[in-house]
This record gives sequence, structure tokens and C-alpha cells, in this order.
Amino acid sequence: MGLFERIFKHPSWGVHPDDHKRPAADVPLRILPPPARVYMPLHQHVGGVARPIVLVGQQVLKGQLLAEAQGNISAPIHSPVSGTVTAIGDITAPHPSGLSFAAITVDNDFAQRWIETDPVADPFALAPEEIARRTAAAGVVGLGGATFPAAVKFALGKRLAVGTLIVNGGECEPYLSSDDCVMRDFADQVIDGARIVMHAIGAKEALVGIEDNKPEAIAAMRLAAAKFPEVKIRPVPARYPMGSDKQLIQTLTGKEVPADARAAEVGVLVHNVSTCAAVHRAIRLGQPLVERIVTINGGAVDKPGNILAPLGTLVDELLAFCGLKARPARLILGGPMMGTPLLHGRIPLVKGASGILAFDAREATIPPAGPCIRCGSCTKACPMGLLPLEMAARIRSGNLDAAVGFKLGDCIACGCCAYVCPAHIPLVQYFSHAKGELAARERAKLRTDATRRLADERIARLEREAREKLALAARRKAERDAARAAGAAAKTKAAAAEQPAGATT
Amino acid sequence: MSHAIGIAVAAPHATTSNSAGRVMATVMAALAPATLFGFWLYGWPAVFLWLVTVSAAMLGEAFCLRLQGRQATPALQDGSAVLTGWLLAVSLPPWAPWWIGVFGGLFATVLGKQVFGGLGQNLFNPAMVARVALLISFPLQMTAWVAPLPLFSTGAPGLIDSLRITLNGMPAGYDAIASASLLGFTKTELARGIDLLHSLVQAPAPGWYGKHPGSLGETAAWLIAAGGLALMALRIISWHIPFAMLAGIAVPAAILHAVDPARYLDAGTHLLSGGAMLGAFFIATDYVTSPNTPRGQLIFGAGCGLLTWVIRTFAGYPEGVAFAVLLMNSVTPIIDSYVKPRIYGRDRKGAALEPGQ
Repeated sequence: MGLFERIFKHPSWGVHPDDHKRPAADVPLRILPPPARVYMPLHQHVGGVARPIVLVGQQVLKGQLLAEAQGNISAPIHSPVSGTVTAIGDITAPHPSGLSFAAITVDNDFAQRWIETDPVADPFALAPEEIARRTAAAGVVGLGGATFPAAVKFALGKRLAVGTLIVNGGECEPYLSSDDCVMRDFADQVIDGARIVMHAIGAKEALVGIEDNKPEAIAAMRLAAAKFPEVKIRPVPARYPMGSDKQLIQTLTGKEVPADARAAEVGVLVHNVSTCAAVHRAIRLGQPLVERIVTINGGAVDKPGNILAPLGTLVDELLAFCGLKARPARLILGGPMMGTPLLHGRIPLVKGASGILAFDAREATIPPAGPCIRCGSCTKACPMGLLPLEMAARIRSGNLDAAVGFKLGDCIACGCCAYVCPAHIPLVQYFSHAKGELAARERAKLRTDATRRLADERIARLEREAREKLALAARRKAERDAARAAGAAAKTKAAAAEQPAGATT
Repeated sequence: MSHAIGIAVAAPHATTSNSAGRVMATVMAALAPATLFGFWLYGWPAVFLWLVTVSAAMLGEAFCLRLQGRQATPALQDGSAVLTGWLLAVSLPPWAPWWIGVFGGLFATVLGKQVFGGLGQNLFNPAMVARVALLISFPLQMTAWVAPLPLFSTGAPGLIDSLRITLNGMPAGYDAIASASLLGFTKTELARGIDLLHSLVQAPAPGWYGKHPGSLGETAAWLIAAGGLALMALRIISWHIPFAMLAGIAVPAAILHAVDPARYLDAGTHLLSGGAMLGAFFIATDYVTSPNTPRGQLIFGAGCGLLTWVIRTFAGYPEGVAFAVLLMNSVTPIIDSYVKPRIYGRDRKGAALEPGQ
């Protein structure tokens, strides 16, 4: 990169944290010995919770459907091992609340018996709809962390006639290298998967954005893509959050996704490199998503690196496999910038888990928050052009509506602002709190509206019933009156009839 | 949950090694060369005045923190009170008596900062609030300039004499060296009907080097500018406010000087006089009291510069940096609410972009 590009082309947004990716990224991929028991949560994706279709005690094969998708946006769950279903019930969720949610527990018989797969030799002969169907059936979701069902995005891309597929190899989160590992070791799968996705959505070209701090991955991907001119490998500057959809789209195409709109509306669709590899396996090999590559990293880990592990493996087992130098001071699911803190390691590996970080005490120390000195570092760092300090000040004083006026809803929670803050103010915490509060308020409003509607309807019904009763009573009375009148008339008539008769007699 | 690790806090789980204290320390380091030059130029009384002012500012801060029932030490360690006192000290006449420093230092942190709620809450620049309060309350002491008498030079007061100057005010024996700043001198002469073409001949012309009468640390333009440029290189401040402020002074000065050189000072003299340099690089760039966005900072800086020139040229006071900065401080919230960055996916007004755009 020349000086000119360094000064003028380098994105003005974002932050550049120490990436801490090496040496973990350079360690060869290791394969976790199959665990004795796996726990498959029913909700590892955005959308509806999967519905179990197996029974406790049932024998299952590796790749067998355990729970089916439920609703338009959902994904099925498959068994990562062959063995016996031993429980269907609650386990601790990978969420800081430590709440529990439903999972299917499978005891491994270590036989590694696969289901009968249905490989496709030439996916490009299949109809795009068939590719989407098979991808959905394989339970493939966005593996970059978003976990949105991949096939739903295919349908969207097809419908909006997306011309460009963007393959996200940004992996801008520090410490993580699972996408890097996939690109280095399985570049052919990624490129093939990307081409299958292009076919599924009808895209003309694919742009693979890879941060320039991954030269090995760029070289491997260039080699794999050499035969396919429609797939272009595009190194992008290493800058957090380059792996965020909106920022990567802007960097690669110059297009901006309008607020409140989807990327497909500007003619692009983004899929992660690991997702593309999973699509390749789902279509070419007929294998559902039952394992993934996860980065185990952090100061407390003895031998950090990338591990290929069955889904449902406990975090504790992954950490034990890599060894711990010290008791972790903080455990994180995902990267340090956006990851979820885990309160303990008895939590299963899920589809969206690109990394497990065990921080030592030094890494986990964040100085106490001080007062805002309005230095403006957060506004310079915000990749969305927001004013974090102004929003936080409004939220702090409870004025959530004013924060919404500063477009709180556009915040992507990337954490740049809180990262650069010299006063170490937990800005994202403020924003998450406000978003949660606003969502709760919205729900309450909907509920009140529904209650009011029901009450109004009840009043209307009661009034209608009263009216009807009155009308009925009036009608009955009229009828009665009429009958009486008719009776009287008949009587008179009869009397009249009798009279002449009588008169004649 | 007995085996729980850490606490459930929101991401990010990493943070910068930067801190408010480090920012303040860097600014002080950038300010140090010009201050040391001032110490050398004006001798021991300047050192004493600086010490007294900084101590008073810290004392005021500590007093308010204790009143709030807070620990004073951690808040003092962020360095903001020291910096406030320091900025005030370098803007004072170097031989001002001790009580000027005490009054100013206390005023700055107590009334300029803590009554608003402490660090980050004040609307006005605390050092400038104190400077203006002093200027209005004690105009005589605040305009008693001295000609440079560098340390250890012949005629320079020794340690004991210097202590006497600071404690008792300027002794009669030193009256000879009492001097006027160029801005004050020309203003007085203009008022007497002597135009610039005649008065400037006898005036102590300001230069980049800084060996002329003036405030404790405001004369060495080259050292102040070097410190300011260092802060820009370290990304502590951006170029917007200093550039706009200096341009705001220089542009109208150059135009009117071209029109009537007998009535209006030239741009160079304006930039090298009084607090223009210090104001542009160190005072107006204060984070708390200046706008947050680059465009807002350009407006703010230009306003500071223009008002400085207007006050110097047309108002009663010879120097206007402090007043100009305070006036612009008061419009900072307005600038911030009207000048915002464009949000990704939205136009400048905040409406969503059209997908075709």
C-alpha cells in the first residue's frame, strides 16, 4: 500500500486493536477426540426454536435429524455423533444470564456411524430452489456469529436479483482465526461453496474480502480461485470492524446500505467463508452441519489454536484439550470486541461459536470507568458515524427518546467506542440497556394496545348484544302485539262471522 | 454459582491503554518547553507564581471533592486540575503577586469546574474563566508586564528578591523594567491619537523567539506551536481548531491591515502577540468545552479567532483570547446539536438513503 492510499484510502472509521491472532493462527488445525456426550441446544440460530423429533433412548446416527425447523426462519439440528439420545431437556444456555434452555443430549457410542448421505456430483445442474432446500435441510446457518439461516438469505437474494455475492473473510475480531484456518486449509471448499451460493442466488460475481493481516489465507484462496474468474479475491485493510457486513460492503463495492434496509436491496448478499464451506459440504457431500472449527485462545490457554470439534462439545472439554495455564479470569464466547461473557464452561459449542477465549487476569482487567472528558475518540471510531458520547449521556439521564433521536437504532454494537474510550466508559452496555428497555417498552405498548382493542371489542360486543336484546324484545313485543291484535281481529272477525250466522239463525 | 468466572459485563472485553491521565500528561509535556522558556525569560518570580497557581488549583479541586465525600487523590491523579492551574499560570503576567495565583487557581477549579459537576461537565474553559475573573477584578496587576530579565543575567532578581516580588508585589526598584505589551501599548497610543505607523517604532515588537514582554508562557510562539504540532502528531488534538482559530485572526487582520495600515495591526503581529498561539493550540482545543465533530471544530475555531481579533481591534481590552474562547464555549452545545457527522446509510439530515444512491 502506497503512502497516498495509506492516508486517503484507509477507512477513517474503526479501531486497530492488537490482533493477538498469532501464534494461535499458525498452529496446524487439531481435531478434538470425540467427546463421550454432546448437548445440542434446540436454538442455535436466529428464528424459531427447532422441534425435537427423537425420543429418549432412541439410537441415532451421526448426521441424523434430531429436531426439525419450525417456522419460516429456523434451522434443523442434527446429531454430531452416533449413539443414544439420553435426555431432552434444559441445560445452561450460552448467555450471560446463565439461564437454561432446551437441548438434546446424545451419548456417544464412538462408532462414528454416519447416516446415508445424498451427495450431489454437479450442484450447478440443480435448480437454485433445490440448493436452498438442501442447505436448509442441512441446518446451515451464518457461521460468522450471526447464525441467520443461510437458505433464507438465498431466497431473499434470488427474489431481489442480487448481482454480487460478498464472501466475508474479514475476521476482524482480535484473537480469532477460525475463518483464517478454514481459508488456509479448505480454500477449495470455500471457493466451491461460494460458487454454489452464487448459483443459488443468481449472482454474477463473488468478491472475497480478506483482511490483509492474513497473507497465507489470501495466497491459498487466490490459488483456489485461479480457475474461476467470477470469484475475485480482494484483500482489504485490517481494521476493526471490517468483518461487519455494512463496512465490508462499503469497502468492497463503495455502496452504502441505506438505514433500515437490507444489503440485498443494494444488490449484494454477504456470506461468511465458513458458511460457504458448510454449504459445500451440505451439497457436495450431503453432510449436515454437525461440527465446526473453533479458535481456542487467550492468555490462560496453554496451547492455543484452532480445533475441529463436534457441535455440542462442552467448552470445558475444549479448554481441557488445549490445556489451561491458569484459571481463566474471564471466559468469552466469540471475540473480545463483541463476544458474550460465559460464567462457566459447562456450556456446549454452538453453530455460531467462532472462538472461545480464556483470558488471564491481565487481559481481563478493564480499569474502572471515569467521567467523560468529551475527547471525541468514540465519534471518530464509530463506523456508523454516530455520536456515542451524546447517546450515552442521554441514556444515563434516562432520556431514551433523545438517544433514539441520535439514531441509537443504527448502532451495530461493534464496541469500537467503548474500546477507544480513555475513560473506559462501558458505552455498549449503555446502548444494550437502552435497546432492551426500548424493546420492552415496545412490547408493553403492543400488549396495552392489544388489551385496549380487546376491551373495546368487548364493550362493542356488549353494546351490540344489548342492542340485539332490545331489538329482539321489541320484535317479540311487536310480534306479541301483532299476534294479540291478530287474535283480537280474528276474534272480532269470528264474532262478526258468528253474528251474521247467528243473525241468519 | 460458586464456580462462576468473572462477571457478566457487556463487550468489548478489551480496552485501550489510553487514559484521561495519559492525555493530560501528554498535553502538559507539550506545554513544558514554552513554560520552561518562560521561567528562564522572567526568572524566579515566574517559577513561584506557577507553583502557587498550580497548587491553588489542586487545592480547590481537592476541597470540592472532599465536600462531595469523594476520595480526592484518584481524581487529582488524572492531572486535569494541574493542567488547569498550569494553563492559567502561563497566561498570567509573570511577576504577578502570589494572591493573584491563589485567587485564580481556586476560582478556576472551584467555580470554573467543580460547581458544574467536575471533570467533563463544565461549560466554560476553567483557566479562561479564572483569567477573565482576574482581569476584571484586578486590572492593574493583570496588566503589569515586565521586560524579559533572563535567569542569572545582570539585574535579574535572585531567589530572595524574587520571593519578595512574589509575596509583596513589584518593588519600587524594579519599576524601571515595568513594560507594556505591544497590544496594550498600541491601543493606548491609538487612543491618544498616535497611529500605528508612529507608535510601532518604539514598541517592543513580538517575534517567534519570544523575548518580549508578555504572559508567563505565551511569548515563545515557536515552542508553543511545536508543542501543539506534537499534540497533533500524537493525535491528542486535531488540526481543525488551531488552524481555524489562527485563520480567524489572520484573515480579517490581513485584509484590514491592507486597507489601512495606520489603524490596523498586521496579521503576523496579531498571531505572535498575546495569547493567540497558546489559545489556538492549548486553550481552545480543550475537549470538554469545544465541539466534537471536525466541522463543528472549524466553526468553533474560526469564531474564537474572529472574536479575538474583533475584541483586540475594536473593544476596550487590548487582548481578547480569553473572552473569545469563553463566548465560543457558550455556543459549543448549539454547534454540537446542529453539526453532526453523516450517519452510515443516511443523508446529512438523518433520513435513510434511497437504495439506488
